[in-house]
Amino acid sequence: MRDAVDGPVKTGPSGSAPTTSGTRTAYPLYVAGKLGGAAVSLLAVLVTSFFLFRIIPGDPVKAMTHGVPTSAEQLATLRKQFGLDLPLWQQFTDYCGRALTGDLGTSYQFHAPVGELIAEKLPATLLLTGTAVLIYSALGLWLGTRSAWRNGSLSDRVNTGVALTLWSVPSFWLGLLLIIVFSVGIGPVPGMFPTGGMESGDSSGFGYVLDVAHHMVLPVATLVAVGYAQTLLVMRSSLLDEMGGDYLTTARAKGLRDDLVRRRHAVPNALLPTVTMVFINLGHVAAGSILVETVFSWPGLGGLFYQALSVPDLPLVQGLFVVFAGAMILMNLLADLLYPLLDPRVGR
Amino acid sequence: MVERVFPRTPRRPARQPARQRPRLRLLLASGAASAALVAGTVIPLNPLLPAPQQAQAADGKKVLTVAVSQSVDSLSPFLAQKLVSTSIHRLTYEYLTNYDPKDAHTVPGFATAWESSADKLTWTFTIRKDSKWSDGVQATAEDAAWTFNKMMTDENAATANGSFTSNFKKVTAPDPETLVVELNKPQATMTALDVPIVPKHIWEKVGDFSKFNNDKQFPIVGNGPFIITDFKVDQYIKLKPNKDFWRGAPKFDELVLKYYKDGDAAVAALQKGEVSFTSGLTPAQAAALKSADNIKVNDAPGRRFYALATNPGARSKDGKKFGNGHAALLDPAVRKALFQAVDRKTVIDKVFQGHAVEGKGYIPPRFSAYFWEPSADQTIAYDPAEAARTLDTAGYEKNAAGKRVGKDGKPLDFRILCHATDPNDKAIGKYLQEWWGQLGIGLKVDCLDNVSDPWLAGDYDLAFDGWSVNPDPDYVLSIHTCGALPATPKDSGATDNFICDKRYDDLYAQQSAEYDPAKRAELVKQMESRLYDTGYMNVMAYPNAVEAYRTDQIKSITTMPEAAGNLWGQDGYWSWWSAVPADDGGGSGSSSSTGVVIGIGAAVVVVAALGLFVAMRRRSTAEDRE
Repeated sequence: MRDAVDGPVKTGPSGSAPTTSGTRTAYPLYVAGKLGGAAVSLLAVLVTSFFLFRIIPGDPVKAMTHGVPTSAEQLATLRKQFGLDLPLWQQFTDYCGRALTGDLGTSYQFHAPVGELIAEKLPATLLLTGTAVLIYSALGLWLGTRSAWRNGSLSDRVNTGVALTLWSVPSFWLGLLLIIVFSVGIGPVPGMFPTGGMESGDSSGFGYVLDVAHHMVLPVATLVAVGYAQTLLVMRSSLLDEMGGDYLTTARAKGLRDDLVRRRHAVPNALLPTVTMVFINLGHVAAGSILVETVFSWPGLGGLFYQALSVPDLPLVQGLFVVFAGAMILMNLLADLLYPLLDPRVGR
Repeated sequence: MVERVFPRTPRRPARQPARQRPRLRLLLASGAASAALVAGTVIPLNPLLPAPQQAQAADGKKVLTVAVSQSVDSLSPFLAQKLVSTSIHRLTYEYLTNYDPKDAHTVPGFATAWESSADKLTWTFTIRKDSKWSDGVQATAEDAAWTFNKMMTDENAATANGSFTSNFKKVTAPDPETLVVELNKPQATMTALDVPIVPKHIWEKVGDFSKFNNDKQFPIVGNGPFIITDFKVDQYIKLKPNKDFWRGAPKFDELVLKYYKDGDAAVAALQKGEVSFTSGLTPAQAAALKSADNIKVNDAPGRRFYALATNPGARSKDGKKFGNGHAALLDPAVRKALFQAVDRKTVIDKVFQGHAVEGKGYIPPRFSAYFWEPSADQTIAYDPAEAARTLDTAGYEKNAAGKRVGKDGKPLDFRILCHATDPNDKAIGKYLQEWWGQLGIGLKVDCLDNVSDPWLAGDYDLAFDGWSVNPDPDYVLSIHTCGALPATPKDSGATDNFICDKRYDDLYAQQSAEYDPAKRAELVKQMESRLYDTGYMNVMAYPNAVEAYRTDQIKSITTMPEAAGNLWGQDGYWSWWSAVPADDGGGSGSSSSTGVVIGIGAAVVVVAALGLFVAMRRRSTAEDRE
């Protein structure tokens, strides 16, 4: 049975009511287009990353040997090892050739394959930032919905006020504060959490899982606290836009419970901008958070990127750039693929 | 998802007014959460969970945990250049010689004795018989010969320490206890070869030395006081004592270098007892820790000097000049006036907040053998009035606007290169602007992330300069010789700031070939005196090494120099090798076991609350669907 509620949703740009079969034929084309676009973006990223970081001033060999007794021969050897003695076009073709086979090169400062270095730290970053993004997205969605639904109420004002305040707090400062209060302990609050790191180093199996969870609490709390306001505000404003909709009046007129009107009718229609943002945030997950990773000594990619940039360790920055951009492209692709399912107006 | 917009009708009216439901849910959820919290705090530790520190305390295992921040670049002694990595190698491999903790004079290491031939070109080292590799194999002169030969023949093995062997002609091991090194020309640093000797039987299997990081198989075979047992990048490095170490085994049961990427977090960890030691404290952190219980702040004389350098006119060995250094700084009177206007006492008191010693000669006083200070009539003392007179006499008059005018008729305006990451540079830059401004000289403080580019290009007038000095001063002396200049303006040399002075170079050559320690020290002091007189550099301060450790975990520990010295980054393994655990403490972290219990409890709460929330939502949705 279809009621008036689906009116605004189902009316396509052409004004004609779509048929299910129409969506079916359009979707594969839409998917193919998006996949092609993503592939082109990825290729562009591969090429850009090579040139982008060569604009950074600084000679990696000089930077790495600064303060260390180094002879002119050693400098020459290092240049040769790194391939920096070759002309730029040759470095570029070498890079492309390797990149196509999945080899991102060898880090200058860590003397190890870039792929290996990234693979070593990627899980830690995904775990920390991924958990935080999921939690703060859910929290933001939930609180944003409540705030909008009771627009102007005390709880709305408190919710948005608190969220905005936390959003404006520098994450490293909040992190340090949490360490002082909940790690070291202050007054009656006992030191409950480790001061940093990802594990104690002596556990295995289930103990290891608990140990990592124990280490994750404060950094995740920091990221959630400074991050959830974004989702909350977007969700709140897009739901407010929907709240004047006639279809909601209709739904209420039918005698539906307020709770249901919100959950079944208003929220799904208001969800699209928020979903876009959640995916953008998920795209950022790979890049981690340099500040929070630093304060909590979390062994993630954010810190690695900083170290790579300060040399500059060209193969490593290039590799990380490709991974970060790749994650973004992937998440955008996923969002694009999801839209038509969330909102049939998209993709036709 | 789409089906959500097609609510099923008709539906049963809600049993309760909708508004009350969330409140009830919240109440339920918080009730469950508090229940979980209570459960989490009182439930005894899961037997599966090792709770490492507590277990250690129960075993009586004494763990010494050191907070570190620098990432390991490589665990291969042939590649490692960062301080954290070379410090680990000091602990795990023997070097031919070591430095005495008292005054840094050379003492036996892997070699028990050494002598040079009459022509100074052949050195014979006697290798100790009582050193075994941790896999049980006897360590011999052959291992040392192989290590040096590898560095001399494989350029990939020369990355880290190649400069030590560049003057080597031939290295042989005629018998297991004798190592013979033949040189191309005399080299005074032969008793300061900071090269870890590696076991030949392990390392000869390595293929490409440029890619082998020695971090896959543990324990890593070595013959130092400690053995590396585990390593996780940017998380920890674990070492156990080498029970067969010839000088005696370390007293702690384990040494852990634990990563704290943030200094304040490391201080928090020290306060909590999660780490036993942390270094690189800021004045504020040191002040905060001074009054803390069971913590000793070690404000030790440092090994660095902190100086003002002027651009003497950048040039290369082929005689070409480059860069855009200010011409007025080529006049000794201008440089002298600038240095006369620097109030070192204020620098020490206000910027370093007392954690530094006033600068004098080039080499810091902790290296007593080489420490030199200018004589009374040589000293460029702080005297702003005298500085003004110096400029007046030299013909740099003030114009109507009160600015000193150079020989070219333009007002004197200098730039100083400052490290954007160093707060001291920035603070002193502000003082210099004030002090030199009073003289009538303008100063622009250029704080950059990357100072090496303009520096190497000679595009600066003045710069904040500083080097860490080794017990053997050869390297810090060599960077001011003409030989260290770049070959052409396009190259980069080892030069610090383009100083090239014949008299200094002659003295450098003499000390390089002087094998008598006292005579060499005398030559080094003459070099320092000459460097001071050329007036291109002026040492403002010797910053202290400010560290802190827990006295309830470490009962005693050897500093270097022994009378008053530092612990982290010593020229030897003395601190961690000598550290004696405190009787009462169970090593680092023993106090956190309660915290672990409570913390896990709280983690359980978070998970439980989340689970509950999801479950309740599901259930309510199901209810609605009825």
